[in-house]
Amino acid sequence: MPDLSINFAGIKSPNPFWLASAPPTNSGYQVMKAFDAGWGGAVWKTLGVPVVNVSSRYGGVNYRDKRLIGFNNIELISDRPLADNLREIYEVKKRFPAHAVIASLMVGSRQEWHEIIRAAEDAGADGLELNFGCPHGMCERGMGSAVGQEPKVLQTIVEWVMEVATTPVIVKLTPNITDITEPAMAARRAGANAISLINTIQSIVGVDLDQYSPYPIVDGQGTNGGYCGPAVKPIALNMLKNCAQHPHIKLPISGIGGIENWRDAVEHILLGASSVQVCTAAMHFGFGIIREMVSGLEQYMVEKGFNRIDDFVGKALPNVKPWNELNLKYQVKASINPDKCIGCQLCYTACEDGAHQAIRLQAGTRTPAIIEENCVGCNLCSLVCPVDECITMLRTDEGTQHLTWNERTAAHNIPTEFNDERAGGRHHWVPEPLAALGKERHKTLPGKARALAVSKQ
Amino acid sequence: MAEYSTPTTEQEFAENFAQLKPLMSRNEALYESSRCLFCFDAPCITACPSGIDIPQFIRQINTGNDTGAARTIYEANYFGNACGKVCPTEVLCEGACVYNLQEVKPIEIGRLQSYATTKVIAANKKLFGPGPPNGGRVAVIGAGPAGISCACELRSLGYEVTIFEAKSQPSGLTVYGVAPYKITNEEALAEMAYLQGQFGYEVKYNSPITSLPEINELEAQYDAIFLGIGLGKTSGLGLPGENLPNCVGAVEFIAELREVHQAIAVGPRVVVLGGGNTAMDAASEAARLGAEVVTLAYRRSKDEMGAYAFEYDLAKGVGVKGLFNVAPVEVVGVEVVEGVRFVRTATVNGQVSEVPGSEFIVPCDMVIKATGQAKQLDFLRLIPGLEMDGRGRIVANAHSGQTTNPRYFTSGDARNGGAEVVNAAAEAKVAARGIHAFLSK
Ligand SMILES: Cc1cc2nc3c(=O)[nH]c(=O)nc-3n(C[C@H](O)[C@H](O)[C@H](O)COP(=O)(O)OP(=O)(O)OC[C@H]3O[C@@H](n4cnc5c(N)ncnc54)[C@H](O)[C@@H]3O)c2cc1C
Ligand SMILES: Cc1cc2nc3c(=O)[nH]c(=O)nc-3n(C[C@H](O)[C@H](O)[C@H](O)COP(=O)(O)O)c2cc1C
Ligand code: SF4
Ligand code: SF4
Ligand code: SF4
Repeated sequence: MPDLSINFAGIKSPNPFWLASAPPTNSGYQVMKAFDAGWGGAVWKTLGVPVVNVSSRYGGVNYRDKRLIGFNNIELISDRPLADNLREIYEVKKRFPAHAVIASLMVGSRQEWHEIIRAAEDAGADGLELNFGCPHGMCERGMGSAVGQEPKVLQTIVEWVMEVATTPVIVKLTPNITDITEPAMAARRAGANAISLINTIQSIVGVDLDQYSPYPIVDGQGTNGGYCGPAVKPIALNMLKNCAQHPHIKLPISGIGGIENWRDAVEHILLGASSVQVCTAAMHFGFGIIREMVSGLEQYMVEKGFNRIDDFVGKALPNVKPWNELNLKYQVKASINPDKCIGCQLCYTACEDGAHQAIRLQAGTRTPAIIEENCVGCNLCSLVCPVDECITMLRTDEGTQHLTWNERTAAHNIPTEFNDERAGGRHHWVPEPLAALGKERHKTLPGKARALAVSKQ
Repeated sequence: MAEYSTPTTEQEFAENFAQLKPLMSRNEALYESSRCLFCFDAPCITACPSGIDIPQFIRQINTGNDTGAARTIYEANYFGNACGKVCPTEVLCEGACVYNLQEVKPIEIGRLQSYATTKVIAANKKLFGPGPPNGGRVAVIGAGPAGISCACELRSLGYEVTIFEAKSQPSGLTVYGVAPYKITNEEALAEMAYLQGQFGYEVKYNSPITSLPEINELEAQYDAIFLGIGLGKTSGLGLPGENLPNCVGAVEFIAELREVHQAIAVGPRVVVLGGGNTAMDAASEAARLGAEVVTLAYRRSKDEMGAYAFEYDLAKGVGVKGLFNVAPVEVVGVEVVEGVRFVRTATVNGQVSEVPGSEFIVPCDMVIKATGQAKQLDFLRLIPGLEMDGRGRIVANAHSGQTTNPRYFTSGDARNGGAEVVNAAAEAKVAARGIHAFLSK
């Protein structure tokens, strides 16, 4: 069996799965239950200054019948007494000495930072996570993302922290910024031991059509909140990659954002995360999801021959390139497997209306055909096809040539005007505009009239 | 042992005749509508005789626009609610759904359709109205799916419409013929009330048109006449003993069942003669009414039955026993039915012949003849110039519904010889357009 244990910037944990600082880590009861269920670590719900929460705190984004593909909250940091939290941290650590308990902190002055760090470490925390990310409620008070968005301020505060911290310090970054590597660099300059990302993204999750108010609704009104859940994974992965590839940041990264199963976790790890944190999925499905995550990760490692998590941290990073280093000679074209096709013609209408008019209908069958000359290899049809592996994108170039935009630029071989032979659009076939008319008209007819119009076509 | 005990109360009746396609909850509708792929020129639309834009209305349900969904349905089919429940969807829209090709359960189009339309019916939501009066007057004979659909379409075009109906309730066989586990009387009639409220046509109940003077009167009063009379009574078999009291026609039996529910009596042993969908219905119904032994007797083999496979499965599922390759020669009995004498048959080169000396009697207390409906030829022959084909169907133009007497139009069972509610509804819309074109000349 592969070894799932990690040593993250000095914080040891039996597996890389940590609960992110959020409601699931609000109390000793929850963290004990999570460890009992199999989680490797927990970042305690952020401790700091006294706060008051509103009632009605979360909003969701549903996709058709799927609940919570995105999630948003307007909650603040822990509203439980600091002393209670510290006592429970102590209890958890005593019962689970090998598990990682990290105290998430957010206060204002240097003095407050020093005091809370000592208190957290005295309680037995294995490490500290500085919450510079919360995008609502706290930033208005000069904390949270107000700090995370100002690299200079961030650096100063991390310096205060490093003056007294004896355990590893993780700086949690906000994604509500243009270039995530700037605060990451500031954390590095201040001597932080690691970074974690992303915190939630400023968002309005939806608007109530009858009450004319954003969700979640507090007495007929709402405010911007923090977005998380499956929908944010792509944003998290990109920011993770930016920090992991940066030549000077070079800090261990705890990946957060949209992780709900082992696949999501492996993706974060392949792009440079050496621990992963989960919030929304635990809030949605409970701590039990950890069993699937651990077993999936183990199976993946067995199949790939990885013995330790470190064996594949950042393994995909060398393949993430700037666009201008991609091979312009590579060519794929769509291919439909008629034995699998169920004739929904989604590929046809997608390519026809949303891509390159490279799919045509055929008489006598509902299976469409690819017009190879027109196919630019954009993937759209294969993405909309509801049947697994029915449309495949097949490589059609010889695989012998490699030429990038950078190389073309160096060779002065790039188009300089639209009518340039070397420009892509010159070789891009499109039908005559007028050929579009009448193609959809039958669809506006009701009932039999429509059916008759279709059969006549 | 019978699968069902004889129902004695309305509640027991409802349990024995539980709806095959019960109303969906909002949650069920959301889940089911989420599965629809929104196919391009979807095959389900092509398979729907009324051409409902199915992916469109399913998408409307999915986005919470149930009213819009109902409008999409009714624009194509005025019996949208009934059709969702009574259509043989297995061989129509749902049978064509692309999911079948993936061995995945097709979208429950029928139930979604009833879901959306039930909403607007229950809320009596105004979706349609009569067109501005154009001065034209049309008489419609028969308030079945054909007659009502024609009336709705004509009203929307601005005609004044009066329907003459022999019975006391609208919707034709929807309320007098279709099996009670497909649609309840309340549901069928609620849609009728909804439509009449929207379009405002007049219906004269208990007003059969049967004589030449009545026809002449209509011709004098109206610009055009639509014949939506459907078919007639169960055809006779010409068998000895056929007139015994417990030997009944399926259509008449079902009509009574629909009206009186559990008050109808079936004997403990029932023989149903026939191999069509009506035979399957009658057999299922007898079983659900508590008959202990229901025998379905058909002249040819099981595979040659006209009924849809799923209808036979439904009958089998409630305990009906099939008896194939037998022909009835006599209904046995003195005062009442005591049995049916059959002779075995053999099919050679498509010809059914009786096997000599193979006669036997199946004892029973009731015989239901599901051997087809007669045409109303005596009535139709009163109409001057009206032609019928060799099978008694009114001859009419498929694109206008116009008969050989230019002022008469028709559609539904009277023209197609007996199909489904959806065919009658769809074809009647076409006929209404035909009337409009004729009167606009
Ligand atoms: C037993 C049975 C079960 C069926 N089950 C189904 C099913 O599950 N699903 C389905 O889609 N279809 C089913 N059908 C078929 C369906 O009911 C018919 O195709 C449909 O009702 C035809 O509509 P219509 O308007 O042409 O005729 P009908 O429904 O027969 O309506 C004709 C109307 O005209 C009236 N009428 C007749 N003559 C006169 C007159 N001279 N004057 C005044 N009024 C007159 C009648 O009283 C009746 O109301 C079934 C049919 C039968 C017999
Ligand atoms: C209700 C809620 C409260 C949160 N509170 C905190 C917090 O106190 N401190 C913190 O650092 N992050 C907080 N977060 C952010 C999460 O720790 C995490 O960074 C984010 O949800 C992204 O991960 P996910 O996609 O797995 O949910 C909170 C998130 C939610 C949903
Ligand atoms: S999307 Fe896939 S299944 Fe649908 S028609 Fe195209 S190839 Fe066939
Ligand atoms: S890959 Fe793109 S261009 Fe080619 S057929 Fe598919 S959708 Fe059209
Ligand atoms: S065929 Fe099925 S999946 Fe496609 S549009 Fe119709 S109901 Fe939806």
